[in-house]
Amino acid sequence: MLKIIFVTVFIAAPFTAMAQTSPENNAQPSGDAGHGKILFISDGCSECHGTVGQGGVGPHLAPKPLPAEAIASYIRHPAGVMPPYAASVVSDADVADIASYLRSVPAQPKLGSLPELND
Amino acid sequence: MVFDKSKNSKDERDDQINPARRKFFGAVAAGAAGGVVAAAMPSVARANDQTAANAVPLDTVPGSPATIGPPSAVLRLDEIGPVPADEQIYVGKTGSDFMVDVIDTLDLDYCAVLPGSTFRALQESLINYGNNKKPELITCTNEDIAASLAHGYAKVANKPMMALVHGVVGLQHASMGIYNAWCDRAPMIVVVGNTLDEAGRAPAGAEWDHSAQDNAAIVRDYTKWDDQPTSLEAFAMSMVRAKTISTTIPCAPTVIVADNEMGEHELPGPEPYIPSLTVDSTPVGDPASLAAAAKMLVSAERLVILADRLVRTQDGMDTLVALAETLGAPVIDLASRLNMPTRHPLNLSWAGEDLLTKADVVLVLEPVNLFGALHKYRDWPDRTYLQVVKPGTKLISIGTQNLLTHANFQDSGRYQPVDLAITGDGETSLPLLLEAVKQAGPKDASARAAMLKAASDKMHEKLRQNATYGWDASPISVPRICAELGYLIKDEDWALITPQDFQSFWPSKLWNFTKAYQYKGNQGGFGVGYEPGASIGAAMAHRDAGKRLSVGIIGDGSLMMNPGALWTAAHHKIPLLWVVHNNRAWHQERMHVQRMADRHSRGITRTTIGTTMTDPNIDFAKLADSMGVWSAGPITDPSALKPALQQALDMVRQGQPALVDVVAQGR
Ligand code: HEC
Ligand SMILES: Cc1ncc(C[n+]2csc(CCOP(=O)(O)OP(=O)(O)O)c2C)c(N)n1
Ligand SMILES: [Mg+2]
Repeated sequence: MLKIIFVTVFIAAPFTAMAQTSPENNAQPSGDAGHGKILFISDGCSECHGTVGQGGVGPHLAPKPLPAEAIASYIRHPAGVMPPYAASVVSDADVADIASYLRSVPAQPKLGSLPELND
Repeated sequence: MVFDKSKNSKDERDDQINPARRKFFGAVAAGAAGGVVAAAMPSVARANDQTAANAVPLDTVPGSPATIGPPSAVLRLDEIGPVPADEQIYVGKTGSDFMVDVIDTLDLDYCAVLPGSTFRALQESLINYGNNKKPELITCTNEDIAASLAHGYAKVANKPMMALVHGVVGLQHASMGIYNAWCDRAPMIVVVGNTLDEAGRAPAGAEWDHSAQDNAAIVRDYTKWDDQPTSLEAFAMSMVRAKTISTTIPCAPTVIVADNEMGEHELPGPEPYIPSLTVDSTPVGDPASLAAAAKMLVSAERLVILADRLVRTQDGMDTLVALAETLGAPVIDLASRLNMPTRHPLNLSWAGEDLLTKADVVLVLEPVNLFGALHKYRDWPDRTYLQVVKPGTKLISIGTQNLLTHANFQDSGRYQPVDLAITGDGETSLPLLLEAVKQAGPKDASARAAMLKAASDKMHEKLRQNATYGWDASPISVPRICAELGYLIKDEDWALITPQDFQSFWPSKLWNFTKAYQYKGNQGGFGVGYEPGASIGAAMAHRDAGKRLSVGIIGDGSLMMNPGALWTAAHHKIPLLWVVHNNRAWHQERMHVQRMADRHSRGITRTTIGTTMTDPNIDFAKLADSMGVWSAGPITDPSALKPALQQALDMVRQGQPALVDVVAQGR
């Protein structure tokens, strides 16, 4: 049976899934981060994951993204509500570039350093 | 003179017009096009109105075609002689003055208006006879704004206001706002102008297009009641009834079609009777059902409470908290109103799915879309859904949803069977339920409460952690906008006056909401364009309640639907902050088109077409400035956000509206 994740058509209601990315694996990356950034935005990933992969309707993907192969595998056959991207529209090489871009995203500030989130 | 309305035929009426006036009509008609004849009708003024004496003949008005204008003053004197002093100069009380007397009895503080000739007499009376007080006219630039302003006001003030709209066309504009209020069960009294008797319409021109046999039919599918009184006495009765019906829970808009003819003339005789307003009690759950519910609640092992369009007042919130604490039950706030303080340890709104999966009893208070709340749903072509609660979970609901439904629009959602469905107002039934629970002997809740507090701490930690991602991004991250704004207002008496759906509920996730008035839910019917007007109405109510600091976060798409609201806020000096969540898109819909392009495996880079507002980018600060609203932006650098917000809030504290345009992430 398909795994089903809750979503609403119009609103992100209170129980939006809070998915987690796994830590980066050891395989050494290849791919063009600059081109990956362009693709991440033009292919629409940023609409749901934010322009720096910080999350939005979809979970945060960066920093410390999944390896390129895992990203490719996920976007071809998403398990939840994410729409699928066929290899004909986002190639493995494109995914490698996207992964490279996500790896280049700097770490976010520490929660403790932001008074706005600690009142 | 007074028209004898019993003379129905055109000829009989013409006989009432004095011969001199007939001559005047004849002279004008000689070269006239009908529309101008209407405009050239002799001025009618109350005795205390001096302007009639100074009336400018139309042929001296720039742009009026000389050939078809009325005779000049000199010519007119030559042709028809002096006009009798009594002609159409009313010294007594007019029908529309009486209408104001009626409105006076209804305790309506405001009337949102966009002028229209079908209620010109009533408008004139509201201004001059009623002195523009109670109700005070709030001038709007689109009737959609008028209706949503009344909607936003009613939810905060817990009382309705009036919206006065033009026949047919005004009501058509207002219909979107009325639909939202209907879906959201908010009261308002919509008064629509009309000229029912065609003999009362100008022979040609707009009055025909703006009159209808049945104006209210336009919105009947999403209003609670309407009437078209044809006498002043009937108007009195209908207006009072309109308020009673609109405000009896479940609340919804009511419509009175007010005939302009009734208002224009002097009162024909003794003043008609105005019935006093009856305040109906609120329907509550029956004692036997509440006792049965209490029994199920106290014996539940893993009870979950869902609250949706529940809380109107602080008493409602306090009683919900007391019930949850008594039962040691987590509350998932489905957010059609602010039901539960956001940081209460039993508020587990963002960990709801896990709790629901394990629940043995679920109590739902004022459900809006219960099926939606209990199912996961996948927006794929197969439309798969899955029940979140396990089979055998007992469902108890208390609400008024089935007390008010109409057939056409599908706002009731998919049918959800319930084990014990109690009909009655949630908020008013809560104290009775709490009492029944105490009688039934609740278990010691302390262990469960401690476990839930730990879960709540974890939930908040995770939410705050998620807010750090993309903190320094440009376009600016939505959680950052919300965090910065919340931090600046946290020590004041503040209220959020806009929905949060498109900000992924970051305010609720991060801010410490403790008062029922601090948030009043969303559009109701998800009709975009609600926010500009509704936030003004809400801010008016917050100002009147004691200078609460009103802040809102508004989508660029929503603001562009009703930008004229900026002017209304400036004109009426309504203190409120609008932070524009400017993602330069109808982002919600862009994601929909992206989903389709991805699934259809083509054109995945073309989804900006028809979904984005770029080229040119809209400068909202300039837009606001042009209408007299203090503004800053576009803000693209996240470090510039705080100073801009600070400055804007200072303006609001001084009693004026302000806007900060923030170039922001989609979500
Ligand atoms: C319409 C919204 C949408 C778009 C567009 C989208 N995603 Fe997603 N994505 C989601 C959602 C929602 C999830 C959470 C899991 C689910 O429901 O499928 C997700 C999950 C993921 C995951 C799994 C994350 C994890 O930690 O498990 C990856 C990887 C991912 N997306 C990458 C991408 C990439 C790369 C693109 C662009 C080529 C993209 N997404 C476009 C909505 C979207
Ligand atoms: C009256 C109306 N028209 C169209 C829609 C479809 N719609 C839903 S969300 C949305 C976008 C609203 O834009 P904005 O306020 O900027 O929010 P964003 O999604 O960009 O955050 C639209 C057009 C609607 N719900 N209501
Ligand atoms: Mg937008």
